[in-house]
Amino acid sequence: MLLWLIPLFPLAGFGLNGLFGRRLSKAAINAIAVGSVLLSFLWVVKTLSALGIFNGGLLEPYREHYYTWIQSGAFNISVDFAIDRLTAVWLGIITGVGLLIHIYAVGYMAHEGGYYRFFSYMNLFMFFMLVLVLGANFLLMFVGWEGVGLCSYLLIGFYFLEKFATDAGNKAFIVNRIGDFGFALAIFLIGVHFGTLDFDRVFAAVKAMPVETQAGWITAAGLLLLVGATGKSAQIPLYVWLPDAMAGPTPVSALIHAATMVTAGVYMVARSAQIYLHSALALDVVAVIGIATAFFSATIGLAQNDIKKVFAYSTVSQLGYMFVGLGVGAFSAGVFHVMTHAFFKALLFLGAGSVIHALSGEQDLQKMGGLARKVPITCITLFCAGVAIAGIPPFSGFFSKDAILAAAYERAPWIYWVGVLTAGLTAFYVFRALFLCFFGDYRGKPPEHHGSHDHGHGHGGIHESPAVMLIPLVILAALSLGGGFINVPKFLEPMFGEPHEGEPWLMYVSVAAGAAGILFAALFYLVSPALADAFVRVFRGPYRWVYNKYFVDELYDVTVVSPVVDGSRQVLWRVGDVRIVDGAVNGVGAVARATGSLLRLAQSGYIRNYAAWVVAGSILAIVFMEWRGGLR
Amino acid sequence: MPALPFPAETPLTWYLVLSAILFALGVAGFLFRRNIITVFISIELMLNAVNLSFVSFSYKLKQNDGHIFSFFVMVVAAAEAAVGLAIILTVFKNRQTLEIDEVSSLKD
Repeated sequence: MLLWLIPLFPLAGFGLNGLFGRRLSKAAINAIAVGSVLLSFLWVVKTLSALGIFNGGLLEPYREHYYTWIQSGAFNISVDFAIDRLTAVWLGIITGVGLLIHIYAVGYMAHEGGYYRFFSYMNLFMFFMLVLVLGANFLLMFVGWEGVGLCSYLLIGFYFLEKFATDAGNKAFIVNRIGDFGFALAIFLIGVHFGTLDFDRVFAAVKAMPVETQAGWITAAGLLLLVGATGKSAQIPLYVWLPDAMAGPTPVSALIHAATMVTAGVYMVARSAQIYLHSALALDVVAVIGIATAFFSATIGLAQNDIKKVFAYSTVSQLGYMFVGLGVGAFSAGVFHVMTHAFFKALLFLGAGSVIHALSGEQDLQKMGGLARKVPITCITLFCAGVAIAGIPPFSGFFSKDAILAAAYERAPWIYWVGVLTAGLTAFYVFRALFLCFFGDYRGKPPEHHGSHDHGHGHGGIHESPAVMLIPLVILAALSLGGGFINVPKFLEPMFGEPHEGEPWLMYVSVAAGAAGILFAALFYLVSPALADAFVRVFRGPYRWVYNKYFVDELYDVTVVSPVVDGSRQVLWRVGDVRIVDGAVNGVGAVARATGSLLRLAQSGYIRNYAAWVVAGSILAIVFMEWRGGLR
Repeated sequence: MPALPFPAETPLTWYLVLSAILFALGVAGFLFRRNIITVFISIELMLNAVNLSFVSFSYKLKQNDGHIFSFFVMVVAAAEAAVGLAIILTVFKNRQTLEIDEVSSLKD
C-alpha cells in the first residue's frame, strides 16, 4: 500500500525547495510546494479508499513494517507505519486542510521575502506531522512530535528580523521543551515497564491489567503523557506560547497553530486511550485541565484587540474543549471536535489573514470596521466560521460541541455547565471580533498611509484578496457549515465504543448559550457601542485582569523565567562555566606549559650536557642494579 | 724458585680495572674537553676500553665471542670515525670553530 509515500512527497518538496528554491522561479516553487501536498493528499485518498474506508472497512489497523531501527536485546524499535480509523481522520485533516492552506499561502505570501524558505518549512512540517500520526510506536511518534515543534519554531520566527518574532519562536520552543520532557519521561517509563514502545503491544499489555483505583504505573504514564500534551496542545499551564506564536505568518497560524500541530496532543491522548481508561485519576486530570483551559482562555479572548490574538485564545479554548471530550471518556467526540475545529478555525485564521492582507498588515480590531462592503467574500466566509464555532445548528461546531457536552454531563454536570458558559463566551468574542471588523465605521487611518509595517504588502487600497486565497476560504466555509454531517463518532465506534446520546435539553441549553453570546455581541458592538464602554467602566478591575491576560506571563516571568535566567547567569555562567569549566581547561594547559618549561631546561643543546645526563643515568642504573643485587 | 712479586698469570681483574680506568678517562675527556677533536678521541678511547674488556673475557673464558665482538666494535668505530670527521670538517668550514659549546643549535 506504500504508506511511506504519504510523508515522502512533502519531504521531497522540502528538499527541492530548500536546496534549490533560491534559484527557482515562484511558479516552480509553488508547483513543488503545493504539488507535493496535493500528491500526498491524493495518495491518502487512494490509500484510504483502497482500505475500504468509504464502505465500512478498516476495522482492523493496517500496518506496514519497513525496517528495524533499534535492536538491543529483547527491546526493539522498528520503523512501522500503521493506519487505523483514528489515523485516517488525522490524515484527512492534515493533507486536506493542509492543501487548502498551502494554496492560500501562495496568494498570501506573494509579496514576502524568503518565499522558498517559507514553503520548504511548510513542507517539512507536513512531513513530520504525517510521521507523527502514521508512526506505530511511541518513539516514531516522538520523532514527528519534535519535528513539528522544530518547524513551528522556524515558522513563528519567520520574520526573523523582528525581535518579537524571534522571541515568540524561542518562547514556543522552550515551553514545548518542558512538555516534551514529560513526554520523553513517559516513553522511558513505558519502555522500562512494558519492555516495548510498540502501540499494539503496550496497549494490549495495559488492557490485560486491572483498572487502577490508586495511582500506579499506568497513572504515572498517563500523567506524563499529559504533560507532553499540555505543551504541544497549549493547555494550562503551558498554553502561554500559543498566543505569542501568532507572530508567524497567518497561514502558519492556520495550519500549525490551529488545525494540525496543536491537535497532536489530542491525538496522543486519544491514541493512548487504553492507558487513560485504566486510570480514573489521569482521565479526570485531562478533563479538569481541559475545562479550566477552555474557560480561562475564553475569558481572555473577550478583551483582546489583535484579531489574531482573539483567534489564538479561541484556539486554546477550543483545544480545552477537545481535552474535555477526551477526559470525560468521549474520545470520539474529542476527535470529532478536532476535525470541525480544523475547518472553522483554519477558516477564521485564513479569513483574518485575508483582512490583514486587505489592510496591508493592520491587525488591530480597533482600527478596522466597516469592511463588509470592501471584502464581501472574506466577510461571508468568516461569518460561516463564526456560526460554526458558536455551535449554532446545523453547522459543524454544533455537532462536535454537543457530543462533548452531552458526554460531559453524564460524567460530571459541573463540567457541562462550565462548558456551556464557555460556549456562550466563545460565541461572544468571535462575533465581537467579526462585528468590530466588518460593521460600523472604518476606524483606521486612510489606507494610503500603510508605510513600513512589517507585513508590508506593498500595494495600496483596501482590496479583496485574489482568487487563489478566496477559493480555499470558500471550500473551508462549505466544510465549516456542512462538516458536522461527517459522522466521526460513528466512524470511530470500532475503536472507542458507542457515542453517548445526550438528553435533548442539554443541546437546547448549549445552543441557547451560543445564541445569547451572539446576541450580546450584537448588542454591545452593533446596536449601542456605548454600552460596551460603560460595561468596561463598571467592571474596570476584572477587565484590567482579563485585558492583561491575568498577568500569567508576568507571573511566569517572576517565578520561572527570571530565576532560571539569573541562576544561569550568576551560577552557571559566572561560577560553573567561567570558574569550573574554563578553569579546568585553562588549568590543564597551564600545568602542561609549566612541565614543559621545566623539561625544556634539560634540552640545552650542549652535547657535553647530554653526555652528562647519559653518564648520570648509567650510574643511576648501575647503582640501582647493585642495590637490587642484580649484578651478581 | 722465589715467589714472584706479581702473579704468574695476570689476573682478569687487572685487565678489567685497566679497562675501567681507560673508559673513565674517555668519559672525563668527553665531558670536560671542549675541542671537538679531543671529544672525538675520547669516544675512541671509550670504545677501545670496552674492546679490552671483551678480549680479556674472551681469553679468560676460552671463547671466541669476545674477539668477534671487538672486531665488530672496530668496524663500527671506523665507520663512525669517517662520518664523524666529515661532520667535524663541515662544522669547521661553516663556523670556523672547533669549540663544542659553540655548536648547540640541535636544541632548536
